[in-house]
Order: sequence, then structure tokens, then C-alpha cells
Amino acid sequence: MGPALSPALVIGVAALYLAVLFAVAAFADRRAREGRSLIGNAWVYGLSLAVYCTAWTYFGSVGRAATTGVWFLPIYLGPTLVMLVAWVVVRKMIRIAHTYRITSIADFIASRYGKSPLVAAVVTLITVVGIVPYIALQLKAVSAGYAVLTATGAHATAPSWWQDGTLLVALALALFTILFGTRHLDSAERHEGMVAAVAAESLVKLVAFLAVGAFVTYGLFGGFADVWARASALPGVTGLLTLSGAGNFAWAQWFSLTLLSGLSVLLLPRQFQMMVVECVDERHLKRAAWVFPAYLLAINIFVLPLALGGLVLLGKGADPETFVLTLPLAHGAGALALIAYVGGLSAATGMLIVETIAVSTMVCNDLVMPALLRLKLIRADGGDLTRLLLNIRRAAILGVLLLGYLYFVVAGEAYALVSIGLISFAAVAQFAPALLGGMYWRGATRLGALGGLLGGFAVWAYTLMLPSVAKSGWMDAAFLTHGPFGIAALAPERLFGLSGLDNLSHALFWSLFVNGVLYVGLSLWRAPSGREASQALLFVDVFARGRSAADPVFWRGRAHRADLEALARRLLGADTARQIFEEHARDSGTGDVADLTADARLVDIVERRIAGAVGAASARVLVAAVADEEPLNAGDVMDILNEASQLRVYARALEEKSRSLEIASAELSAANAQLRTLDELKDDFMSSVTHELRTPLTAIRALSELMLDTPDMEGEQRQDFLRIIVGESERLGRLVNQVLDMAKIESGHAEWHSTDVDLKALVADAVKATAELARTKGAEIVLTAPAAVPSVKADPDRLTQVMLNLISNAAKFVPAQGGRIDVRLLADADGLEVQVEDNGPGVPPADRDTIFEKFRQGGDALNRPPGTGLGLPISRRIVDHFGGKIWLDQKEGKGACFAFRLPLRSQGANAPTQTTSAEAEETT
Amino acid sequence: MDREIAVETGPTPAPCPQGAKVLIADDEPNIVVSLEFMMKREGFAVLVARDGREALETIRREHPRLVLLDATMPGMSGFDVCEAVRADAEVRSTRIVMLTAKGRETDMARGVGAGADAYVTKPFSTRELMQKVKDMLAEPPAGSLPA
Repeated sequence: MGPALSPALVIGVAALYLAVLFAVAAFADRRAREGRSLIGNAWVYGLSLAVYCTAWTYFGSVGRAATTGVWFLPIYLGPTLVMLVAWVVVRKMIRIAHTYRITSIADFIASRYGKSPLVAAVVTLITVVGIVPYIALQLKAVSAGYAVLTATGAHATAPSWWQDGTLLVALALALFTILFGTRHLDSAERHEGMVAAVAAESLVKLVAFLAVGAFVTYGLFGGFADVWARASALPGVTGLLTLSGAGNFAWAQWFSLTLLSGLSVLLLPRQFQMMVVECVDERHLKRAAWVFPAYLLAINIFVLPLALGGLVLLGKGADPETFVLTLPLAHGAGALALIAYVGGLSAATGMLIVETIAVSTMVCNDLVMPALLRLKLIRADGGDLTRLLLNIRRAAILGVLLLGYLYFVVAGEAYALVSIGLISFAAVAQFAPALLGGMYWRGATRLGALGGLLGGFAVWAYTLMLPSVAKSGWMDAAFLTHGPFGIAALAPERLFGLSGLDNLSHALFWSLFVNGVLYVGLSLWRAPSGREASQALLFVDVFARGRSAADPVFWRGRAHRADLEALARRLLGADTARQIFEEHARDSGTGDVADLTADARLVDIVERRIAGAVGAASARVLVAAVADEEPLNAGDVMDILNEASQLRVYARALEEKSRSLEIASAELSAANAQLRTLDELKDDFMSSVTHELRTPLTAIRALSELMLDTPDMEGEQRQDFLRIIVGESERLGRLVNQVLDMAKIESGHAEWHSTDVDLKALVADAVKATAELARTKGAEIVLTAPAAVPSVKADPDRLTQVMLNLISNAAKFVPAQGGRIDVRLLADADGLEVQVEDNGPGVPPADRDTIFEKFRQGGDALNRPPGTGLGLPISRRIVDHFGGKIWLDQKEGKGACFAFRLPLRSQGANAPTQTTSAEAEETT
Repeated sequence: MDREIAVETGPTPAPCPQGAKVLIADDEPNIVVSLEFMMKREGFAVLVARDGREALETIRREHPRLVLLDATMPGMSGFDVCEAVRADAEVRSTRIVMLTAKGRETDMARGVGAGADAYVTKPFSTRELMQKVKDMLAEPPAGSLPA
């Protein structure tokens, strides 16, 4: 053994560590108050779950590995397997707990079975009996670690209780837990400071353990292989590395250990507290589901090297439970030993804090409160109770920790304490049927749960607790081998002759067997009451029922708002109570709190909130005391459920209706907008037509009047004016025709004839017809066409109209000298194309996009040619009608080139060979 | 191309301001022909513009007493010309008769809003238009328009 450390140093470091812990928690609480939560984070959540690793695992794993080899592993295998199904099981637990403001595992189970105070009390009692020794074990680890470091007692013999800091640690933790665990009365609210501190502790213990592991494996040995090699040389060590250590039933033991640890990760009060109650967001589970197993893997990497290294270096005589401390200490690494001690301290304190909060909440809500209510020491009416309740919880915290300390002082080195870890696991495993069954089986009843819990607990006490007490030397151990009163069949560790199992597997088998049989049998025996049935529905179908207004409320009766408000004020404080009622007034659409009717939903809300403070069972009793309730039977529950689902169906139908109405109204307004646009277009068209008609009329009228009023007008002037009048009259006539034409086409009343058209002949005729016009402009028209083109299906008169339009258009723009109009007919496999190109100024860029619109005449104001502004739009509609396309092919610096194209199979009709067009039309 | 018509001051018997400069701004050549003949017959000195921009330039350069302004011209519309004239201190007092072929109420309102002195719908009566022009020029130019 190396040089011991001074007690002052060890106590000082421990005190410093605790101070840091307080600081972390205080910081996290302050952040939470500022609305910048530290713990709303999946990493923190995952780390906080590692509260599973207590001092028992921190020191004990190495001890277990040194004595039984790989048997330390199942303790980690179980949780890892459970985390695989966390998303299914744990998420449901979280959803249930958050929806109904459940505060502890006792609350959870009792709530499921009709909010039974008796069930809550039984679960709490089992917890206290099972967990208090476990708390003592943690204190023992703190004490033993101190003893090892200061060498006050060889091999961790506890010193006198006032000599080490264990009591101080217990008191400091009580203070911590009171400070950060009872900040608000509502236990369903999160304890941010505590969670942050626990997550930090998980980091500390992992780092410390890895540091010692690395020091031993790589500092004292040459790596894993070296540890293995040197340990193999020791007698009996090879057996540690195989699974045959426990004889023929090794697999049974593996199974029971894995099952036990798997269940305990769900059912230990501290795990329930961290995983379910303190969970901020159930999506964090996704990350925690691998972070937590990864953490377990990491903290186990060096367990075997430490165990084997300790055996090699310290010999068989040394206590393997303290290898983590003694290995560094013996090799002069005092600082590392101190770090290792802090790691162990963090493992112990983390467990102590969370376990104490969880157990004290249960004790307060499920033992003390019901007792006070029953004894009429607390009544539903009266003054503010929040302070009293908080003080009860604070007293419970102190009580639980002191009870643990007392147990540690009394039991000390006894077998009962040493083996308590797994015994505790087996105790909480009794919750499994009632809790898991209750989440998935609607038929489970209160009676079944009570029977299962009590039966399983009794068997556990008889087969596991009692023998450990006997082995501690506190009672005659003879009955262990011979059975009580000599009845061998009742021997606690070989019940009904079941031998060959280790005592843990044996106890687990019998206790869960009895538990399960009673749970199922009694549940099936009597149908659930109304309240049990309603709670069963709320739990099993929690995902189907959110917190929506259509959720069923299983309550019937009469209540007064004032009574409920007073009750809420007493238990939650005036501020919270007012907030609850105002929120409900807002949600229900009632403007004023005073106008609220105390309907079932309000009663339900108040009861849920009170449950967060005093537990579901006590909340039920308190609400029942202020309301005039009608008992519900199972039939009523079904009725309420049916009403609710009907409501949901209506709500959904309404939602769909309103959605389709929305869509219809959107369509209507779109149609309306379209109509308005069309109307505006029509208005514009009318306005344009009016303008175009008035313009020639203006000239005609003005000139006529002037001639009339000027009798002495010169003959030449008169001739000029008459010529203009004739021209404008013609323009007017043309315009009227084209407007009518356009209107006919647009309204779909135009007559379209469809025959086979020889486009070459048609184009040639059009060129001939306009030759005279072109000649007056001094221009020539040049026609280029292939020898023959296939015929197209179209209306020849309309196509002629298009051709004349394009050519006369071109003629307007040719220059006075050397005007030339090129008309080209082109044919390819798909269709025919006609181009009309002039050598005029071209279409200015601004007009190119709109040239085919109505009343957009080309040319500028100075020399706008006569026209109606309807020629091109009409041409476009004609070409469109025959499935073709018309466009302007304008190249910079050249004349305008208008072109149109007609498909050979116009309207899909013109089949290539002997098929007649009529037949072809039928086939399309 | 300079579209401005040279001033012809022929001796005409009417009592209205002899040789007063008037501008005819319209993009329809035949309407210009008729208006030009009419105004010259009454003894005015006639200027012609074929679009809005040209009209505004001519007004600023020649300071005509009165403008017969077509509302719908390419480029700059008659309304825009009217507004520009009213915003220009030098030519603000020019009399403006707006001519429009649309005759919709919104157009009327726009014309008045733009600051036209009168608003005449095409096709118009030459006699009535002439009377309106004469009346307008008989009024003292100052005071008819507050500065």
C-alpha cells in the first residue's frame, strides 16, 4: 500500500466537489429562469440517464469482475437491450406521465389502477424497503473510499460515524436536494439544476474511471494484451474469462441478471425520475437510446483490465472493490487516486440525489398526504397548503437520507448491505407486471395489481431479503437450509424443491411468477370498475388521445368553480391557480374566469394540475371532496368514450368541410378575378373599337362640315377633301367588317370550311391579287415555291385572307424606291411554311411582342399606314384554328418577315396514303 | 423630319386675334388636314405636331396661344403633354383643348385632372369647336389660371 492521503485533503476535495455541484445546479436553475434552459438537449438527457451507474457499479464492477469474471457484464447488457425498445416503451411512459402530470413510479402505477391510494402506498413501501439499503450502500462507498485513501482502516473498515465525512456528505446532499429538488411544488415540473448536476456527474465519473483504467492498462501494464498475459499466469484467473463460472445453470443466471438489470433501468425510482419525469422532449429519446448504451460500453472497457491488474499487482488478499483507488495509490499516483475518489463520489452523490428526490416525492405524496387526508389533518378547504406540502417534502428528503445513513451505520459490513444492489433490483422488478401490463392491457385491474405487487414482494422478502438478513448473522440461519419449522419445501432459497439456481435467479423466478399469476388471475376474476376502465383507456390509448378538446373526460357530477379555484389556490398557490383558470377560460372561449362553468373538463384540468403537486391518488381524494360526483360504471365509461369518438368524427368532418369550403372559395375568387380580367379586356376592346371608329368619322364629319361652310372653296381643295372622305369611309367599312369578323371568331360563331387546300396555288393567287397594289407602291413581289406541295386541310378563303393581309401589310412598309416583297413557300415532312418578307424598316423592338394584339398597328405616328389594327390578330386566330402557328421573324437591320406554318396533318386529320380524310377523322 | 408648318399670316376678316399662334397636335393625318384648314380659314397661324413629344417641344419653342391636343398619341400621350405644360412656368398659361376619340368618363376626368381648359369628344362639330376656341382666346390669358 502506497502513502496514504491526509484526511483534510480528501475531505477538502470532496467538499470542493460538492461546492462545484451546487454551482452547476444553481447556474442551470438560473438559466432555466431566464428561459435559456441548459437541459433541453438530448446529450444532457442521455448523460443524465447514466445516473444508473452508481458507486456500486463504479467500485463494485471491478470487484465483481475480480471474483466472478465476466459476470459484471449482464448488468449492462440489460439496459442496452431495453434501450433498443425505448422508442416504443419509454416514449409511451413519457407521454403518459407528461399528459397526466405523473410525478413518480408509484404515482404512475396507482394512476393507472383508478388512482388508487392503496396501490400508491404499496409501491412506495416496496420502494422504501428496497431502496433505503441501496442508499446506505452508496454512503458506504463514500465512507469506504475515504477510509482507503486516508488508510484509517485497512480494507475499508468503517471508522466511527463522526470521524469520516459520510454524515456530512449525506447532510450536504439533503441540502442540495432540498434546494434544487423542491424549488416548486409541482413535481411534474422539471428540476433543471438537478438534471444539469447529474449530467455533469455522469461525465465526471466516466472521465475518472477511464483515467484510472488507462493509467493501469497503459501505465502499469503494456496494454490490454499485457494485462491478459500476466493475469493468465495467476491460478484460477482463466476461469474468470469464461461463462462457465456459475456451473450448469450459467445461462439461467445470465438471463436473470440481464432481465433484472433491464427491468431496473425502467423501474428504479431514479431511472423513472430521470428518464420519464425529467424528460424535456420525448424526441430526445432517439439520441439517448444510443448515447446511454455507448456510455455503459465506455465505462466498462477498463473493468476487466482493472480487475485482472489488481489481482496481479495487489494480490488475492486485497479488496477488489477498492482496486480503482488502491491501484493508483499503491503506485504513487495520489492525485489520480483522488480523482478516482471524486469519480466514485460523483457516482454515489448522483444516485443519492435523484433517488432521494424520487423516493421523497413518493413518500410525501403517497404515504404522508393520504395519511393526513385520512386523519382529516388536511381538508379540501382552508388556507394555503403549498408551504406545508413543501416542508413535508423537505422533511421526507432529510428522512430518506438519514434513514439510509442509519442503515449504513447499523448494517455496516453486513452481507445484507453488500448484496443489496441486486436485491434492490429484484424489489423494483416487482413493478414490472403492473406497470408494463397496465400500459398495454386494458383489462388489468386494481385488484390484480395489488395482488401481484404484494405477492411478488412477499416472495421477494422471503426468498431474498430474509436470507440476506440471516446471512448477516441477525437471526438463526438454520431455516435457510432446513426450511422453517423443518419444512424443507419452504426453504427460502430452494422453494418447493427448486434447486440448482443461484439465489437471485431463484428469487426472481418465484417472485415474478407469483406476481404475474396473481396480477393476471385477479384481473381476470373481476371486471374493472368504471374508474379503472377509464384510466386504462387513458393509459393504453395515450397516443390516440392528445390533449385536444375532443378527448373524453371520464367524470360526471356537479362542481362549483369557486370550490375548484379555492382548492387549486390552496395546493398550487394563488398565481398558478389564477393562471390555470385564465388559460382554461381562454381555451374554452369564455372570456371571463367568473363565467366559467365547472364542467367535467375544468374538473379534469384542476385535478391533473393538483396531481402534479400531490400525486394522482391524493388529487382524486381532494377533488372528490369538493365536488358532488356521480360514480361511473364501466358502461358509463364506454358511453363517454363513444361520445368522444363521435365528437372527434364530427370535428374531423367539420374540418374537412371547412377545408373544402376554403378550396371552393379560392376557386370562386380565382374565377371572379378571371371574369374581371375578361371584363376589363372587353372594356378595353370596346374602347379601342370606339376609338378606331370615331377617328375616321371625325375626319369625315369635319371635312364635310368645312366644305358645307366654305362655299367658295377651291375645286382642288374640295377634290382633296372628297378623296379623304371616301378613303376614310372605306376604312370605316373595313373596320366594321373586321371587328365583326374578329367578334365572330372570338365568340366561336365563325364559319369554318375545311377542304384540301393546294397552298401553292393559293399563295400564287394571293400574290397575283396584290400585284397591282404593290405596283402602286413601286414594289415587286417575288414568289419562291417548290414544284408541288402536299395539300393541307383548311379553309381556303380564310387562308387567302391571311395571305392578303400579310402581303398588303408588307406593301405598306416597303421603301418608296426599290421596294421588294419576298413570298416564300417551304415544305418539309411535318408541314408547310409561308414567309412574307419586305425590305422596309422592320418592326421596332418595342412593338415586336405585341404586334399580334388587337389595335397595335405598326409604324410611327408620322407615317402610319392605313389599317385597322385587326389584320394580324385575325390572321393569328385563323392560323391557330388550323393547328398552325404565326410569328414575326425579325432580324436586326432587315425588313419585317412574317411567317406562318401549317401542319400537314392539320387537326390530326390528313392521313398520308389512301385513307380518306373522313375515315381518318373517325379514327382520331 | 421637321413637321412644323410655317406660319402663314393671310388677311382674314374674323374679329378674333389675328395671326394668333395655335398648335394642332394629332397623329391622324386627315384630322390634322381638317383642323388645319379650319384654323387657317379663321386667320390663325397654325403649327402642327404629329406626336406628344413633338407637341411639347413646339409649345416650348413657339409659345402658341392655344393647343388642340389629341389625347391618344403614340409615345407621349396628350394627358402627359398637358401635365408637362401646366408644370412649366413659361408655357403654363397656354390654352389647351383636349380632343379624344374615346369619350369614356375616366378619360374626361383624366383630361380635366391633367389641367385641360376644355374637353372635346371626337367626332366634333367644327362650328362648336371654333366657337369654343374663339371664346377661350377672348378671355384674358392672365387670371384665367391661378399661378
